Amino acid sequence: MNTMNIVTIIASWSIPVLIVTIPLVAYFRKVPVYECFIDGAKDGFQSAIQIIPHLVGMMVAISVFRESGALAIVVDGFGIITQWLSIPEEVVPLGLLRPISGTGSLAYVTDLMKVHGPDSLVSQIGATIQGSSDTTLYVLTVYFGAIGIERTRYALKVGLLSDLAGFVASVYICMWLFK
Amino acid sequence: MVNLIWLIMLVSGFVVSAINGTMHKLTEAVFDGAQSAVTVCFGLISIMVFWMGLMRIAEKGGLLAGLAKGLFPVVRRLFPDVPATHPAMGYIVSNMAANLLGLGNAATPMGIKAMQQLQTLNPTPKHATPAMCTLLAINTASITLIPTTMIAIRMNLGSTQPASIIPSTILATAVATLFAIILDRYFRSRI
Repeated sequence: MNTMNIVTIIASWSIPVLIVTIPLVAYFRKVPVYECFIDGAKDGFQSAIQIIPHLVGMMVAISVFRESGALAIVVDGFGIITQWLSIPEEVVPLGLLRPISGTGSLAYVTDLMKVHGPDSLVSQIGATIQGSSDTTLYVLTVYFGAIGIERTRYALKVGLLSDLAGFVASVYICMWLFK
Repeated sequence: MVNLIWLIMLVSGFVVSAINGTMHKLTEAVFDGAQSAVTVCFGLISIMVFWMGLMRIAEKGGLLAGLAKGLFPVVRRLFPDVPATHPAMGYIVSNMAANLLGLGNAATPMGIKAMQQLQTLNPTPKHATPAMCTLLAINTASITLIPTTMIAIRMNLGSTQPASIIPSTILATAVATLFAIILDRYFRSRI
C-alpha cells in the first residue's frame, strides 16, 4: 500500500470512527448522550456567530490588499527565497500572519481557497499551517497577562521559532503527501 | 500589532490601487470580502454545532479525563520543577488534553488556571519561571488531532475530500510541538 492510500484511509475513517465511538463509550458510562450533545452544541453556535465581526474585518482588508495588487508585490518580494526553497510563494504571507492574528490568518487561508480552489496544493498547505498551530502572540498575552508576568524570558523566542518549524514542516509534508 | 497590520493592509491596498489605476476594483473587493466572511461563518455553524455537541459528550464521558491521565507521565517529565501532587499538574494535563481534542474554549481557562498555580511556585512574581515557559511553548505549538474549522471551510468551498488535511496537520503539529519542547529544553539548560 502506498502512502497516498494510507493517508486517504486515515482521513476518511478518523471522523466517522470518533462520531460512533464517543457517544457509544459515553452511553455505557451512563452519560445522557443526546441531552449532553444539545448542551454542547449550543456553545458551537455561539462560537461560530461570534467570529463574524472579526472575520468580516479581516476578509475585507485581505480582499482589498489582494485586489489592489499589493499582495502580489509582497509575494513577489519573497520570490527569490521561495524559488530557492521550491515552496509556493503564496503561503509566505500566511506564515507571517499566523503567529500574530488568528482571524487574520483564517481570513487569508479562506481567501487562498477561494482564489486557488480548496483542493489545490497551496490551499492544502495553508489549511495545514492554520490548523496545526496557534496564535503565539495571543496565547502569550493571555497567559502571561492573566498572572501579571512582565519578563517573559525566552517564551516568545521559543514560540516564534516553533511556528517557523511548523510552517516549514507543513509545506514539505503537504508537498510530499499531496503532490 | 493587529491594529497596525489591519490598517497597513487597507492603506497599502488603497495606495497601490491609486498607482495602478485599479480603484474601481476596490469597492467590489470590500463587499466581496465582507460577503465571503459571512458566508464562511454561516457555513461554519453546522459543523461547529455538531462538533461541540460531540465534544461535550466526550468530556462528560470521561474521554478528556482519560486523556489527561494518559498524558500525566509525559507531563511530569516536561515539568521537573513542579511537584507531581501540586494542583498545577492537574490543570496542565487538562489543558493539553483539551488542546489535543481541539477544544480551544476549554483549553484556555485550564491553561490560565495552570499559570495561576505555577505563579504560587514563583519566587519572583513578575518574571516567568521555566515551567511557565514550557507551558507556553506547548500551547503556542498547539498539538491538534482534528482541525475542525479548516475541514468545515474546505467543505463549504466544495472540496472533494475535506478531511484529507487531517494526516498532514497531525504530522505538522507533531513536528512543531517536538521542536518547541526541544528548544524549551535548550533555553532552560542555559540559565
